[in-house]
Parts: sequence; structure tokens; C-alpha cells
Amino acid sequence: MKSSLWLKTYIVIFMVFLYAPAILLPVFAFNNSSIVSFPLKGFTTDWFIVLAETEALHTSAKNSLMIAVVSAVLATFFGTLAARASARYNFKGRKPIMGFIMVPMVLPEIIIGVSLLVVILQLGLDLSLWTIVLGHTLICIPFCVAILNSAFLALDNSLEEASFDLGQTKLNTFWLVTLPLVMPGIVSSLLISFTISLDEFIIAFFLAGTEPTLPVYIWGQLRFPQKLPSLMALGTILLVLSIVLLIIADYFRRRSAQKTGANTSGGFI
Amino acid sequence: MTDPIIHLSGINKFYGDFQALYDVTANIQTGEFFSLLGPSGCGKTTLLRTIAGFEEINTGTIIIAGQSMDGVPANRRPTNMVFQSYAIFPHMTVAENVAYGLKARKTPRSEIGYLVAETLKMVGLEGFGDRASHALSGGQRQRVALARALVLKPKVLLLDEPLSALDKKMREQMQSELRHLQRAVGITFILVTHDQEEALTMSDRIAVMFNGRIAQLASPQELYRRPINRQVADFIGVMNFLDMKIESKLEACYSIEIAGLGKAMVPLDQAPAGISANTKASIRPEMLTLLYDDQIAIENEVAASVIDAYYVGDMTYYEVMIEGIKKPVEISMRNTAGRAVLERGAATRVGWGNESILLL
Repeated sequence: MKSSLWLKTYIVIFMVFLYAPAILLPVFAFNNSSIVSFPLKGFTTDWFIVLAETEALHTSAKNSLMIAVVSAVLATFFGTLAARASARYNFKGRKPIMGFIMVPMVLPEIIIGVSLLVVILQLGLDLSLWTIVLGHTLICIPFCVAILNSAFLALDNSLEEASFDLGQTKLNTFWLVTLPLVMPGIVSSLLISFTISLDEFIIAFFLAGTEPTLPVYIWGQLRFPQKLPSLMALGTILLVLSIVLLIIADYFRRRSAQKTGANTSGGFI
Repeated sequence: MTDPIIHLSGINKFYGDFQALYDVTANIQTGEFFSLLGPSGCGKTTLLRTIAGFEEINTGTIIIAGQSMDGVPANRRPTNMVFQSYAIFPHMTVAENVAYGLKARKTPRSEIGYLVAETLKMVGLEGFGDRASHALSGGQRQRVALARALVLKPKVLLLDEPLSALDKKMREQMQSELRHLQRAVGITFILVTHDQEEALTMSDRIAVMFNGRIAQLASPQELYRRPINRQVADFIGVMNFLDMKIESKLEACYSIEIAGLGKAMVPLDQAPAGISANTKASIRPEMLTLLYDDQIAIENEVAASVIDAYYVGDMTYYEVMIEGIKKPVEISMRNTAGRAVLERGAATRVGWGNESILLL
């Protein structure tokens, strides 16, 4: 009895610590005061209107979305190639190669940011959104490989052999059998990379040219205290969008799991 | 005899330093049910996969239907395979699974529907076409895997331990169905199995493999009655190996002294592996008879006592002790009408005939 009370208390403290800051976002986003502090003054939607009228915000949001989508697609594409090769073939140097691919996961981002900056400048390239895409693809690939590797390992080897045996070419086998069956992994991979890229700050800060991403823009606005409530409103929108995205992704994961008769437990929700 | 559909000669296969197949040579006849039998790791699955084209061979030739398979990939060989895990595509319906190979061949759509329905009917899955394949039972998945391969009318169907995942009842049912199916379609079947009973009941001929080599290639009856060496005899069924001494070699037979049983005359051809110091007198459990009180003495008999009796309905398996033999001797008796099952410790007599003794 006593230990269960301790456990319950622990869980409550844990959840409060985890979610209280996030809940403050919508609270202050609708608070009718330019100072972010208690007590609350009254209800307003003005901060959202401010957001709607800020051109620079829209541009940076569009930049971020573009970078996140492109990085997610690129990282997942390269991750698929690496994971498939690692899971299916036992070639010489497989383990060290896979190890090196995973390294960016543990390298401090500031190191990656600085070294990429040096390399890009040495190559004489201009900083642009594409240099950020490059950096984000780099840091997303290890996550994609980790997710996709387990998806490919879970795939019964004889399914591909059966397809080949039934007269299909290797390429068509990949399209008709392999890809549909690892699709849940690919969706997870896209989603994870998209989220990593969307809120990544350090690399975007180093490699941004004249066009900032959303996190870089938000960081810039923190210098002006009167902008804080509208940033709270922006945070609220991002929070809701993330939850919606998660639900949609999980819906598709469950649907595809049901279609192949796999276990529908696990996943995000 | 007709021409062999598959001609294997001098096949060697290495995995690094490990040699999986040693100089395998065999002919498989058109329309026969052929089994590769052996313990796990004996190379039977490797041999099957080289025929299918999944494994390359280091030396030797594989000729299927008169064509050398050298450099021919699996998707262009006239063979199809039923996998141990069945490898049913889980994201497709039963009909889509069966149609898969036909689509790869670009069979006209109008024919596909007909062929799929026909084949599903043949394997007893009529009306299952729209089922999701992951919702099928083990036996049904097995049938889908069969239909998916047979719809392509391969020259040879390769089956990799297809029944090992099924329960006993289902396995026995599928054994007879597979046999009937094979006769009906007339396609050559090559079955890989580690289950000697399965191989015996289903096959026309069996290749017994040990350590990458074919030890004996023969019909089930010959394999059981005339195993070529002790390893084969031990693997196929049960065999009593008894110590013995050669007394003399006569013109047509050996005169031997078997520990516990006494003197016997064994024809020369019942020693297929030759005679060495380690040769044993080998006799199957059903070739030994427990003699009941009312039965008259036969040619050879000795006194014995029952150590244990395993009653399994139609048969009783006895372990009996015979003076002069260290290990218990196994004897199987059919439980015919009116025949009592002997209790443990009962005194009895064991009889045998010289013609059932092999020197291995």
C-alpha cells in the first residue's frame, strides 16, 4: 500500500514536470496581457491575429516546412538504402560502415554545425536553405537507419525469395513486396526526420544565409519582450499541429499493421 | 525409364571454409516424388536451394529439363518453391498471392482469374480468394503456398520442410493430400524433410544425406530393408545392433555367432558395407517376435524377460532383456485380436529368422 502511494506520487510529479510547461503555452496565448506572468488578466485571441499579420513569421515557417519535408524525404531515402543493405547482405566492413553512419546521432550538433559551415565556406558555396537541408539530412539519417533497419530485419527473408522464385525481377520484388511491408517503418522514419528537422536550431542557425527557419526566427524575436505572448500563440499552434500529426501517423501505422495481421500494439499512442 | 528431369553431377558447395555439399550426383526422374532426407545441417536444404537457384554452386552441373542452369537466376528457372515459412505475402489476399507469378509472367488478366480459381479449387480452397492471407490457419497457408507455385505449372516443385510447422493430425492429412496432388498434376516434387516417416510414406525415391553427401539413394522399401550402412540404418526407423563374431565365411553365407542369440547363417549380400571388426548384427524390432506360450518353437529362439512395454493402441513396443546382451532389445508387436500385452517382468521367448539379419 505504502509503496503504491509513493509510486502514484512519483507518477504525478513526473507528468507535471513533463507537461506543465507545454500547458502554459495555450494558457498565456489566450491571456489578455503583454506580460507573461500570473495572475491572468482576461481572454483574448489578439495574439493569434498578430501572428497572422507578421510576414516574416510566415516566410520562416514556410522555410522550415520546406526544409523539414525535403530533409525527411532525403534522409529516409538514403536510410532505406543503407538499412536494406545492412539487413540483407553480409558484406565486408558492414559493421564499421553502419557504425560510422550512426555517429552523427551522438555527435554534438554544434560540432556538426561548425564543421559543416567550415566545409561549405571552403567549397565556396553560398549559405542558403539548401545548406540547412544538407545539415538536417545528415543528422536525420542515423535515426532513419535505426528505424528502417529494424523494419527490414523484421521482414521474412523468404518473402523476397518467393517473389523472385515466382518469376518477378529483383527490382519489382522491391516495389511489390519489400516496400509495402516496410511502409510503416518508412512512415515512422519520415515523421521522425520531419520533427527533428522542424525544431532543429543549432545547425539551422549556423548554416542559414539570409533566410531564417522558424526556430531561428523565434530565437530572434525573444529579444523583444512584447513579442512573447504572440510566440506563446505560435507555440500553441505548433503543439496542436504536432498532436494532430502524431494521431494521423499512428492511424496509418495501425491500419497497415491490421492489413498484414501484425501486432497493433506499440507505436506512439 | 524416362529421361531424368533433373540431372545433378559433381556438385560441390562451399561457404567460406565450410563445405556444405560434397560431390553430389543424382538423377531425378520425370514425375517422381523425390525426397531429400537427413538430419539438420546435412546439406539437404542447401541442395534444394541450389536447384532453385538461390545458392550458387562452386563446381558441378545442374541440368533441368535438358537445360543447363549455369548462370540462370531463380526467376528464370522452371522450378517453383514452397517455403518452410510458406512466405505468403501478408499484404495481399489469397487470390492476389496465387496470381502473383502469373502477373509476373504477364498472363492476360482474363486468364488469371480462371487459373487462380481453378488452382484454389485443386488445393481445396475454393471460395477463399478474397480472404486476407494473414487470417489463414497453418494448413490453409500451406495450401495457398502450394497453389501459388502450382498455378505456374513448373517442371519441378521444390518443397522445403513444408509440413514441419503443422500439428500431427494436420501433417498426416497434408501428407496424403500432397501425394494425391502430386499424382494428379504429374509434376516432379522434390521434398526436403528431416522426418523419416514422412519421407517413407510420401516418396517414390529418397536420397538420405549426411554431412553434405548422399549416403544412399533408393526407394523407401529398399532404404528400410536394405540400408547401405549403419548410419542410414540408424536414421531410418529403429534398429537393434547386436555384438557378433564371424565364425567362418562360406560360399554363399557367413556363419556368425551373435551375442545372446547364438549361431546364425547370413547370406553374403546381407552385408552391404563389408565386414570389419566393428560390424554388428542388425535386426529391426518387427523382425523379432515374442513367442506366446501356445506358439510352437520356430527355427531360432531364446528366453527373454520384458523390461518395459509401451502400448500405443495398434502396436506394443517392448524392451526385453536377453541374457548375453548388455542393452535391452527393442521388439514391436502388432496387437492382433486376443493377443495379451505382456506385463513388465514377464518371462517370454524371442524368435527370429536369419533372413532378417543384416551385417552393418
